[in-house]
Amino acid sequence: MSFKRLEIRHLVKAFGGEIVLSDFSLSACGGETVGLIGPNGAGKTTLFNVITGFLSPEKGTVSFDGTKLVGLPPFRIANLGVCRTFQDVRLIRPLTTVENVLLASRDRTGERLVDVLFRWKRTTRRESKMREAAISLLESVGLLDTVDVAGGELSYGQQKLLSLVCCLASGAELILLDEPIAGIAPEMRGEILSIIRELPNKGKCVVVIEHNFDAISSICDRVIFMDAGEKKSEGTPDEIQTDPIVIETYLG
Amino acid sequence: MEYLVHIGILIGIYLILGVSLDLIAGHTGMLSLAHAAFYGIGAYAAAILALRMNVPFPVSVALCMTLGALLGIVLGALTARIRDDYFVVATLALQVVVLRVFKNCIWLTGGSSGLIGIPEPAVGGYVVSSDFGLLLLVGLACCLTVFVSGRIVGSPLGRVLIAIREDEIVACCAGKNVLVHKLTVLAVGGAFAAGAGALYAHYVGFIDPTSFTLMESIFVLSIVIIGGAGTRWGPVVGAAILVTLPEVLRFVGLPGSMAGEVRQILYGGLLVVFVMWRPQGLMGARMIQRGGVQE
Repeated sequence: MSFKRLEIRHLVKAFGGEIVLSDFSLSACGGETVGLIGPNGAGKTTLFNVITGFLSPEKGTVSFDGTKLVGLPPFRIANLGVCRTFQDVRLIRPLTTVENVLLASRDRTGERLVDVLFRWKRTTRRESKMREAAISLLESVGLLDTVDVAGGELSYGQQKLLSLVCCLASGAELILLDEPIAGIAPEMRGEILSIIRELPNKGKCVVVIEHNFDAISSICDRVIFMDAGEKKSEGTPDEIQTDPIVIETYLG
Repeated sequence: MEYLVHIGILIGIYLILGVSLDLIAGHTGMLSLAHAAFYGIGAYAAAILALRMNVPFPVSVALCMTLGALLGIVLGALTARIRDDYFVVATLALQVVVLRVFKNCIWLTGGSSGLIGIPEPAVGGYVVSSDFGLLLLVGLACCLTVFVSGRIVGSPLGRVLIAIREDEIVACCAGKNVLVHKLTVLAVGGAFAAGAGALYAHYVGFIDPTSFTLMESIFVLSIVIIGGAGTRWGPVVGAAILVTLPEVLRFVGLPGSMAGEVRQILYGGLLVVFVMWRPQGLMGARMIQRGGVQE
């Protein structure tokens, strides 16, 4: 089994005159977790927005599994197996937990008008099968009690967990996590971190933005320190923690 | 009795309009003020097909619905890059343009004097001449509309529509082609509104632009909001109440000259009351929380 590869080369992104990503390169492979750290405004979230197609870069290329992503609309990029979470959790608040998981699925059965009007049996059969799978996935992360609760009524930590579960349900091979444990209770942190730690074993390529360095070092094989849109340093968590540049501008 | 049948037919026609607008505005969050334009296009197309080309009724209805669907797709394609308030303004523009065409394209639509003598509908050689027969026909059309909309709402597609209404970015990240889904809904909604127009034209036998003004669009929107936007039975209840209400006023002995104004005040007042105190409408179970409002 060959793992899919994320390849980012010489990315430049500017808002007006302000450069937020300058000559940024990153390569990551399935089975590995890369951490992105750096002060606010370092361009971490901007990088995610470029990868997922919400922003187009001035220069540079992004490719996943050999497919060029720059210029593709976000939904196509998502369908290539790229999934992300947001710093300020985003999910569909009136939909229940299980419906949010089902929404994330890449199976399109029942989302086309012809399926709804003329293939109703197939649609409902598929739907009940997927629902079962979604419920057992929710059970495995301890969200079984909230299956029929509206997403907007979950606690903040549960919402963050749910958005991570949605990434799993989508079957994405590249998972981009934007501060997955920021602002949530310790127990929930452990739960979320243990799920993230398992992802590389399933062949997923994971990129995590996080300010909590302990968390980063517990889940990442490799850490990149970013500042002012540039990659300042790269290495194992231990190397980064002792890097004088990082200590001076960030960890210190 | 004849009077009750008349009310029944009107409720049926507005039910179709309300349910189809609810798909667009209530479920998908595209607040459209152009629903009367779709309705009018169906009515005029049916009248022209019957009067000028002698097209049989079932074929004509199918053509009208196709035309409504196409107009929906055109509206969706033109507004692909805009949403929310800007979308409302764009639909307002479409409504105004279409009404102008009805008024000024005299060779086709008869201008302000409208089109007269639209024949009673004939289904397979049988002419539906009694109002009661027409009520049955409209009832069937209502069932079809409620059935189709219920299926859409209750399917994975319905879930995607809610996602688009609440947060398009989440929908994109889940790999949903937002534009295609919006076009689908506008096409379905447009088709049913045009179908309602065709039924209306064949029922009253005479149409002119006054039946398809912006006020009519707002009336249908009131049906959706007061009944409960984004709910299954909301527009059904809304249509029944809003069509019957002015008829009830008739019995309290209000002079005819005042009835029109009182009706407008009533609709306006109801709309304000509902938007302020019960935005989920009569049939809405819980408030729809807008993404990002909390926290």
